[in-house]
Amino acid sequence: MREITFVESLRMTLKEEMQNDPSLMLIGEDIGRYGGIFGVTKGLLEEFGPHRVRSTPISESAIIGSALGAAMTGIRTVAEIMYVDFTTCAMDQIVNQVAKMRYMSGGKAKIPLVIRTQGGGGRGNAAQHSQSLEALFLHIPGLKIVMPSTPYDARGLLKTAIRDDNPVMFIEHKLLYATKGHIPNGEYLIPFGQADIKRKGKDVTVIAISYMVLKALRAAEQLAKKGIDVEVIDLRTLLPLDLESLLQSIHKTNRAVIVHEGCRRGGIGAEIASNIMEEAFDFLDAPVQRVGTLDVPIPYSEPLEKAVIPDEEDIMTAVKKVLYWK
Amino acid sequence: MREITFSEAIREALREEMKRDGTVFLMGEDIGRFGGVFGVTKGLVEEFGEERIRDTPISETALVGGAVGASIAGTRPVVEIMFADFLAICMDEIHHKAGKWRYSHGGQFKLPLVIRTAMGHVFGAGPEHSECPEAFYLHSPGLKIAVPSTPYDVKGLLKTAIRDDNPVLFFEHKLLYNTKGPVPEKEYLVPFGRADIERNGRDITLVTYSFMTHEALKASEILSKEGIEVEVIDLRTLSPMDKETVINSVKKTNRLIIVEEGNRTGGVGAEITAWVLEEAFDYLDAPVKRVASKDVPIPFNPVMEGFVIPNTGDIIRAIKEVVYKDSR
Amino acid sequence: MKIDKEKYFWIYTKMLTQRMLEEKILELIPTGKLTGHFHLGIGEEATFIGACAALEEKDYLMPTHRGLGCVIGKGIPLKKIMADIYGKATGTTKGKGGVLRICDAQLGVLGLSGTLGGIFPIAMGAALSSKLLKEGRVTLAIFGDGQSNRGTFHEALNLASVWKLPIVYLCENNYFAISTSQSRVMRIKNIADRAKGYGIPGRVVDGNDALAVYEMTLEAVNRARAGKGPTLIEAKTYRWRPHFEGEGASYRDPKEVEIWKKRCPIHRLRKKLIDLKLLNPSQDKKIKGKIAEEIAEEIDEAVRYAEESPMPRPEDALEDLFFPSATE
Repeated sequence: MREITFVESLRMTLKEEMQNDPSLMLIGEDIGRYGGIFGVTKGLLEEFGPHRVRSTPISESAIIGSALGAAMTGIRTVAEIMYVDFTTCAMDQIVNQVAKMRYMSGGKAKIPLVIRTQGGGGRGNAAQHSQSLEALFLHIPGLKIVMPSTPYDARGLLKTAIRDDNPVMFIEHKLLYATKGHIPNGEYLIPFGQADIKRKGKDVTVIAISYMVLKALRAAEQLAKKGIDVEVIDLRTLLPLDLESLLQSIHKTNRAVIVHEGCRRGGIGAEIASNIMEEAFDFLDAPVQRVGTLDVPIPYSEPLEKAVIPDEEDIMTAVKKVLYWK
Repeated sequence: MREITFSEAIREALREEMKRDGTVFLMGEDIGRFGGVFGVTKGLVEEFGEERIRDTPISETALVGGAVGASIAGTRPVVEIMFADFLAICMDEIHHKAGKWRYSHGGQFKLPLVIRTAMGHVFGAGPEHSECPEAFYLHSPGLKIAVPSTPYDVKGLLKTAIRDDNPVLFFEHKLLYNTKGPVPEKEYLVPFGRADIERNGRDITLVTYSFMTHEALKASEILSKEGIEVEVIDLRTLSPMDKETVINSVKKTNRLIIVEEGNRTGGVGAEITAWVLEEAFDYLDAPVKRVASKDVPIPFNPVMEGFVIPNTGDIIRAIKEVVYKDSR
Repeated sequence: MKIDKEKYFWIYTKMLTQRMLEEKILELIPTGKLTGHFHLGIGEEATFIGACAALEEKDYLMPTHRGLGCVIGKGIPLKKIMADIYGKATGTTKGKGGVLRICDAQLGVLGLSGTLGGIFPIAMGAALSSKLLKEGRVTLAIFGDGQSNRGTFHEALNLASVWKLPIVYLCENNYFAISTSQSRVMRIKNIADRAKGYGIPGRVVDGNDALAVYEMTLEAVNRARAGKGPTLIEAKTYRWRPHFEGEGASYRDPKEVEIWKKRCPIHRLRKKLIDLKLLNPSQDKKIKGKIAEEIAEEIDEAVRYAEESPMPRPEDALEDLFFPSATE
């Protein structure tokens, strides 16, 4: 076992996969000599050369379109969109091309494509560099969605994503890059559709993903001091969704809170809450609570940004609401 | 009262608003001399001229981005994006620009723009010309969304949309263009955020909008003969959404079903289910059911298309499932 | 071209203001009082100020992310600029948009697109509005070399050319898009050459020669105002600082940076003013000193104003999403 950062975990995984598969190609803005805006691809150009680590102009639709074309014709590709906010500049490519190509071709096209990107607020980067847009991808049939919260999960899930012959949205969080965690020495893969119980508990089920998992765990620690025992489930992948694990937990606790960083309205909490309600209606002692970002763009100023994005206080309030529901 | 088509009602609204306010203008592909691929804007360029009815190249980002710029600089553009599937091409312009410009510039600007678009299946149009993508935009703060189902509603809502000083996504359903309905000659407006109870009932609340409203009403007529009375609520606008009408109905019937044409996962039904659960938990005698398109692209072949998109039979089955579920 | 004395001093003073303001930001960043990213334009003053000098008060400006010089050039008070930098409630965006979105509807500073490349169609739309409203306004859109590779560039310039809109697109080419040098992402040497593809004039100018930038922009602005359509100008310049403060700029050769520093646009203009006998070399120090002193005082006052201004309240985060509606 050793301790590494989230960034190092991603970098080493990309490197290993590129060593294993000589066709694997990376494409994105500033990923070459610069090593990526957050340093994830540092050193990869020097090791694998410019044909396999391709820096591009500011051309999101060309990045995704060409990555799709390459993937469909034999080159396993990992494309990077610098900020998830910019995926909207290539949304036609993602929604209408990447997600649908296999289906429209009657199952002929194989699309081994990973779109890596990062989102999240908390750095004063304002409305177009701080978002969490996973709910948009959830609504598109044909994509898988992965959002790891630890270096361990990032590595195992990225390997699975790269080896999958289907398009995968791999969404990282900017506040996770510097976080540390342990990984084992050998190789391992984490399958999709397998949530992880990060903290066992018996009173309330808190469902979270990405950076919100860390906030949920901190909230759980504080609640434990008050005698409230929270079970924190890290979804790890949104699609496929591990509904089974959620239901098992709710059969035990009868109460659920979902925490996400995307806007509340139409967010992933809505879909998950609906699923829970359909499958576990008789087990719920209280309505499922959704904790999400307020339905406004992310503002720039610190107190405003803080007011808008959920924090530990908000999670604790939701847990108490569901626990003491009459 | 006279009856006109959905398409004619839209045209009347556009004409009246353009006469009323000289700053209203239209932009879109083939909307001028061709009159629009669905014939909606026929005759308008002859009446108002090419300065105010502008044909454009295939340039969706320029259409919507241009509308944003025009609206912050004093005019009121109504742009047409030919198929709702193409909104993805200019999603940055819709989500980040139209939706956020006012807010992120401290409220200094207003954006009186309308994006009209045609959504929904129309038998064999295939995966990129058949979508109902309204759920994406429900998740965008800063946008209003209208989803009319009748000629009366489409005219009144479009007038409201054009007069609103905020960006509005105006979804017209292709299968509705030729449907007819009563529309008064005198001017009227339909406000946003006000659902319409199309049919009263005591056994179950059915929430829907756009084309599915008609399928829902057909299903309700059939069920009425079996003694099941469905209350059908047509939302008319998704943002703002009339939650009060829905909650009041659920408190009465204790059962809810949502019918939409978009894909199920992450759809509008998920959002409605979640807040009904939050706000009327104790009134629900059964889980809320969502009837929606299966989670695949809309296939080209009509047999498969019919399998994917909800029909009257699916709605009836779903209603029965909810109505016959034992109370808690 | 004959330029009057006042204009020379206006340009000189504003360039110095930009330089000193950005140096002040560099001082403030380590204090931890500021949040977000700062994209400083030190070294590019001639491009920003020279261009803005060609505008009338009623003209529209859409600045680039490196554009503090632009908003200074368009007349937004330093106090307001500083308040936006500090994220205070007294800033032009009330804390919502940050340093990038400093704007003023009255002064025609229309705001910024955070997704680079979003500017092209929006600026086109503003120009369209001015044409429809017959206001005689010209729109100036300033953008970096990297952005010109977005598809929106093509769509907007094409349409602006077809419709002969009153707009000037000015590229501040500083050769780098973050770490990516121009030569690695374009086959052509001059971005201005793309103008040929749209049938409009494309002009290259020394972006460190403020007067040359001024003259060329004025020519383009006059063309636009006379109804002759858009112009694409490319100002070749260089940023002394990294893409944003805090990133190492390891991708640049320090020797190259030094070469460009020797071409300092402010020194060049001062030398020109001396050559034109508008600045006496012996008086130079005193006059420069006086100008610089006044600017320094104004900046200090702006910092005081910003520091004393209130932070926005948390609940302010919910305001300014929609313009109030009559009907809801």
